[in-house]
Amino acid sequence: MNTISLERRRLGDEPPTRSAAEDMVVFERVQKTYDGRTLVVEDLNLAVRRGEFLTMLGPSGSGKTTTLMMLGGFEQPTSGRILLEGQAVERLPPERRDIGFVFQNYALFPHMTVRENVGFPLRYRGVKGAEAARRIEDALEMVQLGGLGERRPAQLSGGQQQRVALARAMVFNPKLILMDEPLGALDKQLREHMQIEIKQIQQRLGITMVYVTHDQSEALTMSDRIAVFHQGRIQQLSDPVTLYEQPENRFVAGFIGDNNTLACELAGTENGLVVVRMQDGTRLLTTGPAGSPGESMTVSLRPERLGLDTGSRQGAHNRITARVLDKTFLGDRVRLALEAFGDARLVASLPAAEGAAIVPGCTVAMACAAADCRTLTR
Amino acid sequence: MAQTMSLATPLSRPDLRAALRRAERPNRLRALALALPALLFLIVTFGAPIGLFLTTAVRNPEVRHILPQTVSTLDQWDGQGVPGEEAFAALAADLARAKENSTAAALGKRLNYESAGMRSRIMSVTRHLGSFADGPLAPQFIALDPAWADTELWAIIKRNGAPVTLYYLLTAVDLGQDATGGIGRVAADQAVFLDILGRTLWIAGLVTVATLLLGFPTAYVISLAPARVAGLMLLMVLLPLWTSLLVRTTAWVVLLQTDGVINQVLLALGLTTEKLQLMLTRFGTVTAMTHIQLPFTILPILSVMKSISEGQMRAARSLGAPPLAAFWRIYAPQTLPGVAAGCLMTFILSLGYYITPALVGGPRDQMVSNFIATYINRDLNWGMAAALACLLLVMTLSIYLAFLRIVGAERIKLG
Amino acid sequence: MVSKRMFLAATTLAYGLALGAAMAAEPLSVMSFGGAYQEAQRKAVFNAYAEATGRPVSEQEYGGEIAKIKAMIDSGNTTLDVVDVDAPTLLQGCDEGIFEPIDWEKIGPKSEWLPGTTSDCGVGTIVYATILSYDEEKLANKPTKLADLFDLEKFPGKRGLWKNPATNLEFALLADGVAPDAVYETLSTPEGLDRAFAKLDTIKDQIVWWEAGAQAPQLLASGEVTLTTAWNGRIFNANKEGRKFGMVWDNQILDSNFWAIPKGAKDIEGSLAFIHFAVEPKILAATAKYIPYGPVRTTAAAEVAPEDARNLPTSPANLTTSLTLDNAFWADHGDEIRKRFTTWLSN
Repeated sequence: MNTISLERRRLGDEPPTRSAAEDMVVFERVQKTYDGRTLVVEDLNLAVRRGEFLTMLGPSGSGKTTTLMMLGGFEQPTSGRILLEGQAVERLPPERRDIGFVFQNYALFPHMTVRENVGFPLRYRGVKGAEAARRIEDALEMVQLGGLGERRPAQLSGGQQQRVALARAMVFNPKLILMDEPLGALDKQLREHMQIEIKQIQQRLGITMVYVTHDQSEALTMSDRIAVFHQGRIQQLSDPVTLYEQPENRFVAGFIGDNNTLACELAGTENGLVVVRMQDGTRLLTTGPAGSPGESMTVSLRPERLGLDTGSRQGAHNRITARVLDKTFLGDRVRLALEAFGDARLVASLPAAEGAAIVPGCTVAMACAAADCRTLTR
Repeated sequence: MAQTMSLATPLSRPDLRAALRRAERPNRLRALALALPALLFLIVTFGAPIGLFLTTAVRNPEVRHILPQTVSTLDQWDGQGVPGEEAFAALAADLARAKENSTAAALGKRLNYESAGMRSRIMSVTRHLGSFADGPLAPQFIALDPAWADTELWAIIKRNGAPVTLYYLLTAVDLGQDATGGIGRVAADQAVFLDILGRTLWIAGLVTVATLLLGFPTAYVISLAPARVAGLMLLMVLLPLWTSLLVRTTAWVVLLQTDGVINQVLLALGLTTEKLQLMLTRFGTVTAMTHIQLPFTILPILSVMKSISEGQMRAARSLGAPPLAAFWRIYAPQTLPGVAAGCLMTFILSLGYYITPALVGGPRDQMVSNFIATYINRDLNWGMAAALACLLLVMTLSIYLAFLRIVGAERIKLG
Repeated sequence: MVSKRMFLAATTLAYGLALGAAMAAEPLSVMSFGGAYQEAQRKAVFNAYAEATGRPVSEQEYGGEIAKIKAMIDSGNTTLDVVDVDAPTLLQGCDEGIFEPIDWEKIGPKSEWLPGTTSDCGVGTIVYATILSYDEEKLANKPTKLADLFDLEKFPGKRGLWKNPATNLEFALLADGVAPDAVYETLSTPEGLDRAFAKLDTIKDQIVWWEAGAQAPQLLASGEVTLTTAWNGRIFNANKEGRKFGMVWDNQILDSNFWAIPKGAKDIEGSLAFIHFAVEPKILAATAKYIPYGPVRTTAAAEVAPEDARNLPTSPANLTTSLTLDNAFWADHGDEIRKRFTTWLSN
């Protein structure tokens, strides 16, 4: 409900020195409905800066792909404006937007060779002969596929197909590259490798990319900024660190990384910190927005920020006594399922060495810093 | 010890292959056992009868079985001049036996194919056998019909003493054998079949092109339509398949006849001033066949179109191709396997059409099948029917093979 | 043990009795050409036969394909007792031993049959004619002779012809002035054949070909053709249904149908008894009441009512210029002429 005002504020917050020309794409009050009843995208306001890697992150059905399709020209907004380099493009067909698009399943043309696939966009831009050949080779070199030009897509591995799709989307030097879950079909190792590679290419060329994914770790790894979508709205738009450290609402806190969300009520403020009272009366020092005393709120606490109380932990304002319900060995770390504040459940993640002696059933003293306990009002 | 192990462990390649075959054998046997009933059914009810039937295109038992003595006597004959008295005597003896077994007619019919009038010559000799006087038979034969003094007549009998004949197959391609056995074209007014063959190919081609022109856009619309509408449209495409071919053809007769629906509508709308001849024309035949074949062309195209992801056109557009270019360069080529399968199916099925040309077509639209049917039903000339069937089969197979060469087997998707 | 044997004996006896009863009522299986023709036979022959003998007739229909009869005989199980066949089929089937020989003692004196309607394996039943016909309601100026079929000036418009060289080549020669008794002699020569085709050439563009007998009256009724050749029974029936089709008896071509017994029929005596009944003068004459095909038995002509006789091909007034189809000629030359006919059609 506050998203609109929030987004407006954010846009307004931009430093005054930033001119509109620095925005590659601007969505202004964009709405989209397919059936005339429910809005898939509700009042979207978003600016993509020139040269940035912006990820639209969200579960399926959150409106992120529809937003991307509207930007690509495959869907028309029901209302609102989309500006590309300051020009309204809602009515511009896709072929005239000069945007490179990498699709979920690559959409390589099966009846063409790799070279023909990559050369396809050049055909419509009057690039011919030696110049076209050179650019195709460069693009293939860039994605490390030199020498595979005569193959057909079906003869390539998933990763290679992905690279061809990337080369094809970049060969004509588009203003902007859009990617729709491009790594979803790859196995984990290859996916992580490609994440880095795509990011490197983007940085090297300084190209603007808008990337859609439902994988939060992918978003955190690659992005300059992340827009978290949920139910047709942007829940939070910020850089990965801020998103991780300072989630603005319960959805973001739960969606990005593991998180403990604990019910509490506001007790007051103390030295600039927010004091909350847990179910069993335990007081915790926290940071974040505060409301009026007695208001019920949520505290979010990352599992890895909850450590054993050794007494020496720097800035550990809160001490929590908890009973160990279960322990899971994860190699470099152990994961503890804990019960604290009466019957609230929470999870802690410790370095394996620290947790070695802990067994289920024992009681442990835990500690966490006030800065790691974030209050959420929404 | 270790050395022995390392030598023994990796099997040499042929051994490995044999081992694989052994390991796979139970699976293969199970698969074979599952397919066996259908396979046997096909062999017994389809393969074997057709195979046997096709052999009648070269089988030539009549002269050999009915005139055994004559044939062996004619072995000595050099083909020059009328054969001697012994040939006439052998023929008389053979025909006497044929009379008893009432096989003379079959012989007469067979010889009549090669020379008109042979039937009545054989029958008349057979009837007169009893009234022949003692003494040389040759003059009495010749008195009955001077044709018995014709060397060509004897050459035909001699030639057909062989157990196989090329007569039917040659006739099916408008070739014939002369008295000396040389192969040449038959007289222009007897050259029927190449023309019919060409016409069959041409009509099948026209029908194929027409179904493609109508079917491709239809399949495209159905592939794009929302599921519920597409289901309804597909039903409408399939509906005609649930009606018998004969009923659909008869419906076309009702539409196309001179006093039929189409002419009445055209006249009522003032589009024409006189009734058009639509029945018994090539136009009518091709129209009716196109209607009947349409589903066979549409379905494979549709199934391929459905498998082409929406992303393909979008990708082409995003890369700069205008809608039409994206369609022709990206979409259309990918429908090729379906187009190929649909066209192949319609073309091959059209080659064998029978009822529709018979009812809607004129005499110039009768196809090979119509002649096969006539030879079987009316003339009892199974040899000729089999020869034409062979021709049709060879034509169909060679088109199929040519198609595989050009398009590639893996690129034809039937569904 | 005893009771079991008793039971067996009892069932055997019961079975035997049942079988005997079934044999007595076993229907006689007859195959004919269907349509109005078979309906006339049903009314005049089959029903009367069942009434007179108590043996029902089970009917089958076919289109005259000899292949169907031959296939049945080749299968070794002849289920038909009597078939109605046309003349070429009789000729071919008789030669090839497809039909049982007829014991004429059990049928009647051959001399009572019209010439050409008796055979060693068939008994003539009716004579039908291929005639020229037209729609009286559409033509003010009525054709009177066969030659009018070829007269495009007096009778412009399409002509319906049977899609078969037989009858058409004869008609062509007759219209070209050849006398009926010289037609086949002329057709046997290459020049005669050329002459017949040349005559057909003069109306070739105007010909609509029909194949099934029912098509000819349909072509007239739909106005598709001005004139057509047709089988006289078909035209007669159309007129019974309210049409006003005229018939030109000049140069009619006569042909006959026969009763025959397929080889290996189960009850040949029964078959002969049926044929004997079917060609009795009264029965034959009754058939002519339902379909105007002439009785082949001269003794039957007297039984035909005068108003029906007028429409029969065998009526003396209609026979003056008639031609009898020579099936032996067609058996000898049919193959060759049909091929020429086919090429002629295509060019």
